[in-house]
Amino acid sequence: MTRITVSVDGVSCTDEVEPRMLLVHYLRETVGKVGTVIGCDTSNCGACTVHLDGRSVKSCNMLAVQADGHEVTTIEGLAKDGRLHPMQVAFHENHALQCGYCTPGMIMQAIDLVGQNPSPTEDEIRHGMEGNLCRCTGYHNIVKAVAAAAGAMSSERSDS
Amino acid sequence: MGEKVQRREDPRLLTGNGRYLDDLGRGALQAAFVRSPHAHARIVDIDIADAWELDGVEAIYTWEDLPGRVAEPLPVLIPHPAMTHARTGYCLARDEVNHVGEAVVMVVARDRYVAEDACARITVQYDTLPAVVGVARARDGDRLVHDDVPGNVAANLRQEVGDVDTAMAAAPHTLTLELAIERSACMPMEGKGVFARWDADDGSLRLYSSTQTSTGVRAAVAAKLELPLAKVEVVTPDVGGGFGVKIVHPWPEEVLVPWAARNLGRDVKWTEDRREHFVSSAHERGQLQEVTVGFDDDGRLLALDVHFWHDNGAYTPYGIIVPIITATQLLGPYKPGAYRVEFWSLYTNTVLVTPYRGAGRPQGCYAMERTMDAIAEHRGLDRAEVRSRNFIQPDEMPWDHGLMFQDGRPLKYDSGDFPASLAKLKALVGWDDFAAYREQAAREGRRVGLGIGCYVEGTGVGPYEGGHVQVETSGRVNVATGLTTQGQGHQTILAQIVADELGVPFDDVHVTTGDTRRMAYAVGTFASRGAVMSGNAVALAARVVRAKALRIAAEALEVSPDDLDIADGVVSVKGAPGTSIALKTVAVMSNPLRYAFDASAAAATQFAGTFDPDTPPVGDDDEPGLEGQDFYSPTQATFANGMHAAVVETDPVTAEIRILRYCVVHDCGVMVNPMIVEGQVHGGVAQGVGGALYERMVYDEGGQLLNASFMDFLMPYASEVPHIETDHLETPSPLNPLGIKGAGEAGTIPVSAVIASAIEDAEGFPIRSMPISPAELWELRRRHAASDPHPVPVQEDPR
Repeated sequence: MTRITVSVDGVSCTDEVEPRMLLVHYLRETVGKVGTVIGCDTSNCGACTVHLDGRSVKSCNMLAVQADGHEVTTIEGLAKDGRLHPMQVAFHENHALQCGYCTPGMIMQAIDLVGQNPSPTEDEIRHGMEGNLCRCTGYHNIVKAVAAAAGAMSSERSDS
Repeated sequence: MGEKVQRREDPRLLTGNGRYLDDLGRGALQAAFVRSPHAHARIVDIDIADAWELDGVEAIYTWEDLPGRVAEPLPVLIPHPAMTHARTGYCLARDEVNHVGEAVVMVVARDRYVAEDACARITVQYDTLPAVVGVARARDGDRLVHDDVPGNVAANLRQEVGDVDTAMAAAPHTLTLELAIERSACMPMEGKGVFARWDADDGSLRLYSSTQTSTGVRAAVAAKLELPLAKVEVVTPDVGGGFGVKIVHPWPEEVLVPWAARNLGRDVKWTEDRREHFVSSAHERGQLQEVTVGFDDDGRLLALDVHFWHDNGAYTPYGIIVPIITATQLLGPYKPGAYRVEFWSLYTNTVLVTPYRGAGRPQGCYAMERTMDAIAEHRGLDRAEVRSRNFIQPDEMPWDHGLMFQDGRPLKYDSGDFPASLAKLKALVGWDDFAAYREQAAREGRRVGLGIGCYVEGTGVGPYEGGHVQVETSGRVNVATGLTTQGQGHQTILAQIVADELGVPFDDVHVTTGDTRRMAYAVGTFASRGAVMSGNAVALAARVVRAKALRIAAEALEVSPDDLDIADGVVSVKGAPGTSIALKTVAVMSNPLRYAFDASAAAATQFAGTFDPDTPPVGDDDEPGLEGQDFYSPTQATFANGMHAAVVETDPVTAEIRILRYCVVHDCGVMVNPMIVEGQVHGGVAQGVGGALYERMVYDEGGQLLNASFMDFLMPYASEVPHIETDHLETPSPLNPLGIKGAGEAGTIPVSAVIASAIEDAEGFPIRSMPISPAELWELRRRHAASDPHPVPVQEDPR
């Protein structure tokens, strides 16, 4: 067992973990952050996407011990003071989720995408979301939501 | 109703507060399975000794350990007289395995890591047998999946309307098409999963399952575990997609996990991983088809004779629903003249085949629409015009095809305006301007094609669904329906319906689905039946509650119920809004037991008014509480329809296929929430695109599934799915109170047909096998170029 300390959604967690434990299992089973889900086991679907030090990673593709000393943000840590993140709002308003299973990963990836490219074109959104699978929405409204959130996030920045 | 109301489900799901199966039961023991690595083999020996050495292993089970009915074969859910050789597997394989992935040993351990470690230490010896893979091999019948099933034929069914032989002989023109369509699968983002909690003191079981039918699972598990139904409750948590695969029940794990929980006196959970989902759940679509059609000079159908061979995989727990749907829904919006269809449902040593969104319709639509294009090519006619000439007309509704549908009832279309739908589609895609666009593209060295496909979908099959509506004294309205939800937005649309029917604010209405504690009688979510069945059921239940509320309020206000109306949660006298009583107060008055827990109860205490001492507090025909229940049970399915068109571009050099435009016209009758209907269509189209261009199950000759992961099974990402353009026609169903027709499967049905049509149009030679990859298109080009420099015409029957 190895002792690790990870900041998860702003809370410092220190735990003994098996070296083979995946980060996603650590988040779900040890920390109890079950909002981050598992869809494939081969790092193709992106359902388990979280932010590590502010950039998106697939948490099934990392060991928990690799997150030692780092900051992890999950879907559960996005809303601030009860206010949803603009990406969460845009997914709601654009009906960009159905069963909701891919949604946490989609939102985490979409925030990273807009962070890198504040005003993406439709094509850039489609390619930027290429690591995340959805079986319900046909991506149509996800693409719309990401574009809408990009607009909202940029006006939020210019407001502040 | 009819509003684009934002979804009630979203706030939880957007914040990581969804509760899917694997999110439950923290600390429960976890199960894992040793699954067969062979497609067809006899089990010689199972050695579990090494696995027991591991710390944390709680139980290891083989078939030998299973008691009573748990050891018996799984049930055949939907028997059919034509299914003369139904076969099902066991919860754990007994003596023989019939596909890679079949469960052989179950391990229960402290956590999944330990359970998997234990599985790796278990040795199973097999004697392998020859595998039957693919429809053609199964049809040959020289190798058998089940020794006692000759020719591998599970079922053979033939239906005929009119005299096909005579009509075909008299037809001026005939064509024969040989067609193939490959397997795909539902692939919900969340696999299956089961969590069981046994209460030893109470002798009762609570089971959570990621299922499309909680009542079905409950009945199956109670029967298998020989428990009274009253001691089993099944709750469906949030479900991460279904698309058909989760309607099958009971899956072996749905029996084994609660059985193990009872055995061990511990909570037990199993969560399917992705590879397990590929090799041990279900697939669909694989068929070989032969269509012979007779038609006149104008392209009008005179006779249609269809044979097809359907791959049902290793077992038939779900019967022959899929090929029956292919056989009947193949007809689409057309009058076929004389029609004969015969199918053979065949065993193969592959994962079993059960409904996947569309459920046999994509194959039927593909056969019919390929045929329509072939007729148009043969007669030199516009493809839309040929379709139009064969349409059933609006004034011919209801149209009875004279066939038996999947539910054993007549295939009788209730509504639809096919000419109007086609006109909308042609306008949307710019059908008449395409020739000019094609010429322009050709000048730029580009190759483009336009494709079309039409379908009719029987939706909302019975037998019934129920609704229960209850008004609490706080004004909160609780609605329950028994069918389950997997992302369709039922909690939103059912709340919309009840809010409208009852006259209460949408925000006050709270819907529970798929919980046998709240609704014991239900069927399940499949066949695009959620909105039709439960929508109408909750509407009927709300009407019961409304009538009761009006009766109670009328007595209190000393007016006739006819003079009352309910709006915004308040019952008032029409034209005198000042004379009113809140619905929540009516709820208090409906129950003579008036402990004053809140202000409205205190105001309505039994000492407040006068009463007749000779009548009981609850009348003979009355019940306490402002609540009501009703069931909706239709005589037949209601038929939705739609038409799709696509523009594709094929690369002249690499044969890469790109969808430039995808247009959908859809008619599901009255739309409860157009935003949700469009979402269903988008998702369906994406699955159709996957099935047309990317997805297939690659089995080798030995029955190994070579692409059993998302690394190798090419499910489309956002980069592969086109922007989707939609338009709607609303021809209400005359069959149900709300005029609704189903929408869930619509988007998927015609996509393979449409893409084949468009590629054929771009390339100038027939497409007879789907899905199609760039490599396959390139090979077709090479073959056609070698045999004939000109586009190859469709082969006319040499008679």
